[in-house]
Amino acid sequence: MKRRSLFVSLALLAVLALLGCDKKAQLTSEPGASSATPPAPENIALTGAGATFPFPLYSKWMSQYHTLHPTVQINYQSIGSGGGIRQISARTVDFGASDSPMTADEIQKAPAKLHHIPMTLGAVAVTYNLEGLTSPLRIASDVLADIYLGKITKWNDKRIVKENAGAKLKADDIAVVYRSDGSGTTAVFTDYLVKVSPEFKDKVGQGKSVKWPKGLGAKGNEGVTGQVKTTPNTIGYVELAYAAQNKLPVVHLKNKAGQFIEPTIAAVSAAAAGVDLPDTLAASITDAAGDTAYPISSYTYLLVYADLQNQKKGPALAEFLWWAVHDGQKGCAALNYAPLPPPVVAKVEARLKELKVGDKAALAGL
Amino acid sequence: MDTPQSRLGPLHRSRRHRGDALFKGLTAAFAVLIVVILADMALEMARTSRASLAHFGWRFIRSTNWDPVREQFGALPFIYGTVVSSLLALILAVPISMGASIWLSELAPVWLKTPAGFLIELLAAVPSVVYGLWGIFVLCPFLRNVVEPLLGKTLGSLPLFQGPHQGFGMLAGGIILAIMITPTITSVSREVMKAVPNVLREGSFALGATRSEVVRMAVLPYARSGLVGAVILGLGRALGETMAITMVIGNRSEISASLFSPSYTMASVIANEFTEATGDLYLAALAEIGLLLFVVTVALNIVARLLVWRVARPT
Repeated sequence: MKRRSLFVSLALLAVLALLGCDKKAQLTSEPGASSATPPAPENIALTGAGATFPFPLYSKWMSQYHTLHPTVQINYQSIGSGGGIRQISARTVDFGASDSPMTADEIQKAPAKLHHIPMTLGAVAVTYNLEGLTSPLRIASDVLADIYLGKITKWNDKRIVKENAGAKLKADDIAVVYRSDGSGTTAVFTDYLVKVSPEFKDKVGQGKSVKWPKGLGAKGNEGVTGQVKTTPNTIGYVELAYAAQNKLPVVHLKNKAGQFIEPTIAAVSAAAAGVDLPDTLAASITDAAGDTAYPISSYTYLLVYADLQNQKKGPALAEFLWWAVHDGQKGCAALNYAPLPPPVVAKVEARLKELKVGDKAALAGL
Repeated sequence: MDTPQSRLGPLHRSRRHRGDALFKGLTAAFAVLIVVILADMALEMARTSRASLAHFGWRFIRSTNWDPVREQFGALPFIYGTVVSSLLALILAVPISMGASIWLSELAPVWLKTPAGFLIELLAAVPSVVYGLWGIFVLCPFLRNVVEPLLGKTLGSLPLFQGPHQGFGMLAGGIILAIMITPTITSVSREVMKAVPNVLREGSFALGATRSEVVRMAVLPYARSGLVGAVILGLGRALGETMAITMVIGNRSEISASLFSPSYTMASVIANEFTEATGDLYLAALAEIGLLLFVVTVALNIVARLLVWRVARPT
């Protein structure tokens, strides 16, 4: 009998808990709440999903912002850019995130107009495992493409030797490593190779997953790093932030101006400054002009609807974005992301002021 | 007359019946639930993959070309990779597991049985990403520097052991799977053999059988169907394994006779490409691979069951 009463009370508890959850869910997911909201400060929960690449920065921003604005709780799931675009298009999240701009097809499928908001800048570093090199390896852009095409197969190929006078390069086979999982990193890397090599454009093309003519695939930045570290004579590509944190050797790449550039935060910001941002605020900045520009750089974006619709969440989201492109940018460098250059921030400001909730400006409160 | 039932009285009896009915219904519902979930998953995958089924038809499983940029999708290399890596894993793992479980249940000193069994069960609980990392940093370099050159030198005339020594590839994938399924097969087999009634062993010993004869003639035949189950459990884990194998197999959609060459499995390509797959045809193609994995798993299970039954049939 005792046991039975225990069961009954447990069941009651469960029912109560379920009811409680239900109430909470109703409170937070209120769509387009009426203007007659209670005056007490209410908690606002924003959810976003998308790119994995900026996740460390975003999660830092979101926790910082929560300390500044305790009523705003932002939750971000790093499920990948493709998933981010799908979820914002289905309106299951308040904002999406993507490393590469939406395609024309994806824009067309979205239920309403979406804006790209550049948040920060990243880059792809080319890393290698070669013994006996005293100075960093230097590689010209077309040479990198030919290595990944399988046309240059030995480390002592004269096109590599030419740029690395004095380095002891042996007649070893080049082992190529690529990302096997679909990733913004691969998208940016191939975007660059397509620009510098017509043959790469014909044979391979640009995308988050491509059919590599040569090499071994490794999963994630950590997988590529693992393979490169443990296998002599390899070359691979990883996110700059990852390469910097793990102190990997990085290739100095020849940029459009003919300079060999080390991937640094300053060189990435210089690449962004070298490309005029169009009205969509989405642009490829690989192979950018500018003496100090690192050639495999890219923006990463948040995706928000032009009409944010929700009376409470809309302004909160717009204010968070405003904070992120101003105060938030100061936190970039510590995590190896490059801050947006001032002209880009000015353009983003103008775009944020255009965001609407219904027919009112979302940023009216600022 | 004085049976316990008759003393309980009508009230208790009806309550017990109700309880029984409830219990029966509940367990049946759970069993049905599993089948429903499985069917729903298969249906959902078939629905999602419709675009790819219509567009490629049979070409999907004949073609070896997987090119997301040009939206050309052929799954043959993935099917090949999954089947071969799992079979390789079984070939390596089954003899080891059987030997280990015989030792654990029949031959090991009593004070060792429990700790050794506990350790093996612990191995079965290691997350696959840990195996994968160990594969990258320990197994693959070891294969590249020691095992592959040795195999190449001694058995290099076979097409199985030709080509450059890269460490990452089919061999590494098969070995990592074998290591992962060995604890599963061993621990289930040990339980099965422990359940063999002692009278069988005692009877055999009484007839003058040696220890190995007891195992061969009394224990193994009695435990046969349970052992088949253990092997199939291992096979299931090998077929569905994603993380560890994708970290060591090289992830190239190619078919090569050599075990040194990189390969790719169905589970790996789904895990690798699904999150970033855009485009309906691309998603449909990945869903169709999921569907194929279903089909291959069922087919291989049937084949394995038939094969093991035939091999293990008492003569």
